[in-house]
Parts: sequence; structure tokens; C-alpha cells
Amino acid sequence: MKEILYAFLIGGVLCTVAQILVDTTKLTPARILVAYVVSGVLLTAIGLYEPIVKLAGAGATVPLTGFGYTLAKGVEKAVEERGLIGALTGGLTATAAGITTSLAMAVGAALISRSKPK
Amino acid sequence: MSVQKAAYLKYVEKSAKKSPLVLDCAKAFFVGGSICMIGQLLRNLYTGIGLSEETVKALVPSSIVVMTAILTAIGLFDQLAKFGGAGTLVPISGFANAVVAPAIDNKAEGWVLGLGAKIFIIAGPVILYGTLASVIYGVVYWVMGLF
Repeated sequence: MKEILYAFLIGGVLCTVAQILVDTTKLTPARILVAYVVSGVLLTAIGLYEPIVKLAGAGATVPLTGFGYTLAKGVEKAVEERGLIGALTGGLTATAAGITTSLAMAVGAALISRSKPK
Repeated sequence: MSVQKAAYLKYVEKSAKKSPLVLDCAKAFFVGGSICMIGQLLRNLYTGIGLSEETVKALVPSSIVVMTAILTAIGLFDQLAKFGGAGTLVPISGFANAVVAPAIDNKAEGWVLGLGAKIFIIAGPVILYGTLASVIYGVVYWVMGLF
């Protein structure tokens, strides 16, 4: 129960930070997403993100910073197992499920639904 | 600057609709928090039925992506995004929507350079810079492991 509450709170805070950026700067959504992913990698690299994941679970892994966390963790694991080549293979391997599901669902959705006039 | 222009700029500034920051943030907090909470509920559910940690890690984002794709296809995600702002953008739902919505909108332009290319309009930079950052970290991590 406690982890569900923390997931809500931490996830909410991460989204609120982005909302402040949207409202007060000229950053486009695409730039914010890129910034979140790269920040996730950086924060994981310096050891700051892991404790947040331990505390908030999906509250830390579902936001795009969590995508960066998964990339960084994947690289760590691959480097430990396979050496330097792991730096090239670890990131995309760890994030493959999310990316591949998005791609497959995109084609599926395009097959069944029609673009609506805006 | 002429007097009229200065007065005009002042008028524009006053009447330009300011987005209410506090309200926007409250909505983003609530919607974003809720999406993450659903993620946590799924995580507990998948762990509860005995799936391995690795499987759960892959399945939770995938599930949210599937839900987002369905909501996008039936047109409900746009409404949720209008309300939730960054609350729908920052979770993986924002990434999924950024892939699925252009697929639907650009299908008419062709399967290769329409749908095939346009689905990466936002996902492309995200994957590119995220992966690059992870490669740099991987090299640093490997070098640190040498000592």
C-alpha cells in the first residue's frame, strides 16, 4: 500500500516539474522528453536515481527518467557480463520491450483507426 | 519604440491568456501520479501471479503502452492529454502516444515515408540521445571497472 502511495507522489512530482517547464519556458514537449531520458541516465550514473526507484517503484520507472534509468542499468549489466561491447548492447536490450511494443501498437492502431480531421 | 507600439505591447501582454500555473501543476500532478500508480498496481499484480522480476520490468511499461495506444486510437488520449498536460507527457504514455498518434495521422502519406518515418518524429530523438548517453555511461562504467 505504501509503495502505491509513493508511486503516486513521486510520479506526480516528476510530472509537475515538467509542467512548470512547459508553462514557464519555451521548451517543446520533445525537448522535455529528451531532457528527461538523458537526466535519467545521468542521475542513475551518479547513483541518485536508484534510491528513488527503491522508494517509489513505478513512480520512478514509468516516467521517462525511468526510461533513462533502464538504459543505464542495462548498460551496467551488459558491461559486467560482456565487457566493453556491453556499452553498445546494454541500453537498447533493456528498453526493447517498451520500444517494440510502441512500434507494434502504432502499426496496429494505424490499421484499425482513421485520422480524424482536426 | 513609438508610444502606440509600447501601449499596444502592454495591451497584448495584459490580454494574452496566461495559463494558470498552479492549476496546471495540480492537474499534471494528479494525472501523472495516477498513471504511475496504475503502473505500480500492475507491478504488484504481475509479481503477485508469480512472474519473474525481469518479466515484470518489461511487462509494466508494455502494458501502459498498450493502454495508451488503445486510448489514442479511439481518440480519448487527446482529451486526457489536454487535461493532464505534462502528467500524460512524462510517463511512458507520452512516449507511446508520440509514436501511435503520428502513425494514425500519417498513414495516408504511405507506409514507408509516411507512417514508417513519422512515428519517429519524437521517439527518434528520445531513443537517439538516451542511447548515446547510455553508451557514454557504459564506457565510463567499463573504465571504472578496470581500477
